[in-house]
Amino acid sequence: MALLEVRDLSVVFQRKGEAPFHAVDGVSFDVEPGQTVGLVGESGCGKSVTSLAIMGLLPKRGAKVTGSVTYDGTDLLKLSDKQMRDKRGSELGMVFQDPLSSLNPVVPIGLQVTEVLERHRGLARKEAMIEAKDLLDKVGIPDPNRRLKEYPHQLSGGMRQRALIAIALACRPKLLIADEPTTALDVTIQAQILSLMKELVQDLGTALVMITHDLGVVAGLCDEVNVLYGGKVVEKAMRHRLFAEPRHPYTHGLLASIPRLDAPRGEKLTPIKGSVADNIPWTSACAFAPRCPNALDVCRSVTPAEEDQLGRLLRCHNPVVPGTPAAEEVPV
Amino acid sequence: MLRYTIRRLVQLVGVVLVLSMLLFAWLRLLPGGPVSALLGERATPESREALTKQLGLDQPIFVQYFKFLGRAATGDFGVSTGVQPGDSALEIFLQRFPATIELSFFAILIAIAVGVPLGYLAAKRRGGWFDNLSVIGSLIGVAVPVFFLAYLLKDVASSALGLPSQGRQDAIDATRVTGFFTLDGLITGEIDATLNALEHLILPAIALATIPFAVIFRITRAAVLDVLDEDFVRTAESKGLTAPVIRRRHVLRNAMLPVVTTIGLQTGALLSGAVLTEKVFSFAGVGQALAIGFERRDYPVLLLLIIMATIVYVVVNLLVDLSYALIDPRIRTR
Ligand SMILES: Nc1ncnc2c1ncn2[C@@H]1O[C@H](COP(=O)(O)OP(=O)(O)OP(=O)(O)O)[C@@H](O)[C@H]1O
Ligand code: SF4
Ligand SMILES: [Mg+2]
Repeated sequence: MALLEVRDLSVVFQRKGEAPFHAVDGVSFDVEPGQTVGLVGESGCGKSVTSLAIMGLLPKRGAKVTGSVTYDGTDLLKLSDKQMRDKRGSELGMVFQDPLSSLNPVVPIGLQVTEVLERHRGLARKEAMIEAKDLLDKVGIPDPNRRLKEYPHQLSGGMRQRALIAIALACRPKLLIADEPTTALDVTIQAQILSLMKELVQDLGTALVMITHDLGVVAGLCDEVNVLYGGKVVEKAMRHRLFAEPRHPYTHGLLASIPRLDAPRGEKLTPIKGSVADNIPWTSACAFAPRCPNALDVCRSVTPAEEDQLGRLLRCHNPVVPGTPAAEEVPV
Repeated sequence: MLRYTIRRLVQLVGVVLVLSMLLFAWLRLLPGGPVSALLGERATPESREALTKQLGLDQPIFVQYFKFLGRAATGDFGVSTGVQPGDSALEIFLQRFPATIELSFFAILIAIAVGVPLGYLAAKRRGGWFDNLSVIGSLIGVAVPVFFLAYLLKDVASSALGLPSQGRQDAIDATRVTGFFTLDGLITGEIDATLNALEHLILPAIALATIPFAVIFRITRAAVLDVLDEDFVRTAESKGLTAPVIRRRHVLRNAMLPVVTTIGLQTGALLSGAVLTEKVFSFAGVGQALAIGFERRDYPVLLLLIIMATIVYVVVNLLVDLSYALIDPRIRTR
């Protein structure tokens, strides 16, 4: 049985006087113990909302969550607030995008690490401090004794994210969710943080859900990849199959729009035309249709169903034929 | 931090000097004066002239001012002509200041003790009935004139609750040490005197607390609303911390900065509110003395009390600034 089974997860935001908004629309995926699974898609496709729904961190009012999130045999969505608090931080860890705003500015780093150890492992402050020092050491923060006493504004961006990773992994969770953990960092730091995360989850045997809009991150880290579009998974495959042979026009476009080192000189990058703003509702169409080079008439009248094609899931009426080069550049 | 404190205190000396000069002149420019107040309108010109001379008011104003400064340096701030005629201004200050400090202290204590938790709860239940109700309540708190509430408490609540509504203490045998009646009882072991003084403080302190309460409530609510949306609160939740730890360590500690500022600024409002409250409850404090002092043009008492009130205001706000650094490491380590 998988460690995490997300089934038909939907999140609808309902604000007073506004139409309900389907931020996540029937998402399903599995995470095996120790496996790294990617959730990929552009801004606004529902990646963060999916992760917050799994962690039980969505606002109680105004967000309706349906489906199931089975972790280790229990449906997290059915747990009480107290039971969920016991799981968060101990079995489920999370790292967020912006390390500066994700740390409390008026609490020393040390306490922000020890409080999670005190809470879940029942350690006294002193023992927890010793352990916190080891943790900072392990995530590569130099001079940990000094850093424990410092405040977030005294650390560099990369160090802050290392501290947050130390906090998330302090209780050796079985599952770590990282929501764009490197987006707010310098490029050189990004690579360091990613290799640190890769190393740590391997050491601890922690399963990782990696959320990103950056296919480069996926390529370096993930075993399996879910491509999200407009709140739905449109393609799911093992990483090497997805990269070698993208079938969904959106995935195909994403891959064609990243610069490749092995590409012949002078090859043009082909960005996906349009933006999320062009989405049409999934209700009786494909949300990607207005931007899709493969779109057929049927795409605007029938919602494509999720189909299993030799271990790969695909939601498309007219998938890309394997071997097709990137679509001709279209004037945007 | 020390240098900053010293600089602020030096500034305070300057403020006091300038203020004393302006006040000195302004009081003497007010229509009427202590002579008319003491002798009435129908006194003979001769007796008026004699009293004017006796009070030294016949001399040019700057001569009067420098004489005042000279005497003030030796601790002589003049003699009261209206509030308690014949008593020295300093004596009146020493009697009355503790009363007002006690009253304001309990008022701000009530305002914080009720305003902060209520503001937090309202923010947590943003848009719910509790939130709406308490926001309306706080609006009423600001809008209702203090004297209306004070009379309501005095005339209705005091008999309903059996609480005293006059003065600082019943005529019981109590030893005076500091002039703070609640403290004196504790120091001398006369606990009943302390309790009696506390009973007398309840109603006027509630009356005086309404406006600071309403302001502290609204600021707390707004600050907590801001903090609740912060990423680090979500991080705290993602660590599975218990609700009380998140509330104290992550929400309130960050929301306290604006609240502390407000508390500092409210000391000014407290002093002006004290004038009305003390009048209604015949509470022998600074506010009452100021009211009587203005009626009877008691120059020495007015001057001393207003200057001391200013000093208290500046010192409280200095403490507020210093406590900032205590709360916020970004200021401390800059
Ligand atoms: N609390 C909320 N209330 C209403 N709508 C929300 C809320 N949170 C997110 N949304 C909406 O849900 C959609 C998905 O948001 P989400 O944050 O999951 O996107 P994302 O894929 O993480 O994008 P990004 O790459 O920008 O982080 C967005 O359109 C967003 O506006
Ligand atoms: S269903 Fe149609 S519009 Fe949607 S991705 Fe496939 S081909 Fe394009
Ligand atoms: Mg996001």
